[in-house]
Amino acid sequence: MAHDHKLEIFRGLVKFKSNERKIWGVFTFLSIVTIIEVALGIVKPEFLTENRFLAMRLLNWIFIILTLVKAYYITWDFMHMRDEVMALRRSVVWTAIFLICYLVLILLIEGDYIYEVYKSNYIKFSF
Amino acid sequence: MEATVAQTGTEGKTWGGGNRPLNASYGKLMMWFFIVSDALTFSGFLASYGFSRFKFIDAWPIADEVFTHFPFLHGVDAPMYYVAFMTFILIFSSVTMVLAVDAGHKMQKNKVIIYLFLTVIGGLIFVGSQAWEWATFIKGDYGAVETKGGKILQFLDKDGNRAAIGDFAVRLPSTAETHTEGNGVWYMEGGTKTSYNYEEVKAGFLANENLLIRDQELVPDMAALRASDLEADKQEVARLERSYINLDATGEKAIYNREMSVNKLVNDGKLVVEGANLKHNEYGTPLFADFFFFITGFHGFHVFSGVIFNLIIFFNVVIGTYERRGHYEMVEKVGLYWHFVDLVWVFVFTFFYLV
Repeated sequence: MAHDHKLEIFRGLVKFKSNERKIWGVFTFLSIVTIIEVALGIVKPEFLTENRFLAMRLLNWIFIILTLVKAYYITWDFMHMRDEVMALRRSVVWTAIFLICYLVLILLIEGDYIYEVYKSNYIKFSF
Repeated sequence: MEATVAQTGTEGKTWGGGNRPLNASYGKLMMWFFIVSDALTFSGFLASYGFSRFKFIDAWPIADEVFTHFPFLHGVDAPMYYVAFMTFILIFSSVTMVLAVDAGHKMQKNKVIIYLFLTVIGGLIFVGSQAWEWATFIKGDYGAVETKGGKILQFLDKDGNRAAIGDFAVRLPSTAETHTEGNGVWYMEGGTKTSYNYEEVKAGFLANENLLIRDQELVPDMAALRASDLEADKQEVARLERSYINLDATGEKAIYNREMSVNKLVNDGKLVVEGANLKHNEYGTPLFADFFFFITGFHGFHVFSGVIFNLIIFFNVVIGTYERRGHYEMVEKVGLYWHFVDLVWVFVFTFFYLV
């Protein structure tokens, strides 16, 4: 059982003195990220809503990237994935990420196709 | 003994049994695998939500116009604040959970008790908040009229502020009765009546020159459309300029001018919608309410079951089961489930409320 925890985050940039301190440190970081996300969601600065990258607004890119960052820290430090054996980490994380990415990819492709069908043809609503 | 016990040929091998491959106990490994499968379930829900939302993007409401309420603050427009508070509560309860796990590793029973108790409280606050959000959502806000085609028409005044149906609808004496079991067909009841019916809303709207209507169509990028040479785009520009008054507000909902508003309401309007259920809602397409209830409901159910698990383990900690056992691994396993619930909420919050 992993009784000794790894006490560095941000690739060694920040090192904590004890596991408790690391937990509060990660909490502070997650709170800051959440506040940034909520502030951006309320303010919605025009520069970010009007410009797109790969067909998605920059604002949405920021939300998704920040959410993935939060998910990483929750999984790595709160669920102690950082302290687990590499094999366990891979079998959980890579499986989930691969399947989720695949699902999102095929649904985006399908969605685009159906959108084109509705836009340029005669069906308005079927389900 | 050797003669009667069968030898399977796997003794001593890593996966031969009686071992801890991947350095984790059976229970912890199974909890991780359960979390993977549940995560895939939720990502299926969220992916289908994204698919439906972008398919019906011109009938989908904007989240920070729907979730604007804060408990005890009547009439205050507080978009997203309560949801942000809920996120914060859940993250905080995750922190207390992991502190409980940490205290368990050091066999500090009293600390585990305190932190686990705080986690349960955080979970209960979250479930209560979600229930309050549902109640506010179901009760409704300004009210709307549904058209024969199923679109939702919302009311505004000339300055762009939302107008509640109750503020302008006129009371018309009516002889229509709701059927109860006593006076209608013997086995059917009429549906719940809205506070005003369609005729009353129509009469109020026609009498008040200040009122305008919008549906969920968003103002597109007019500059790009006008610059385009395609015939379809030129017709689109003509249609938009004929109908709407706020074409400079790109990305916001388009507001009909008075003539088109009256046209829409009188010709297409069919019934009044207040609040939300699975068939109609006053915010937009029925799919919006359906997905809201389904996804937040599933998530809320997971939070609730997590609270129950935490309570059971809490009682076990108090009576000393894990002291006797020599380790607090059960707290860690239940902690994994609780963090998973938090993780799902982080994604639901992003895709439902922010994006």
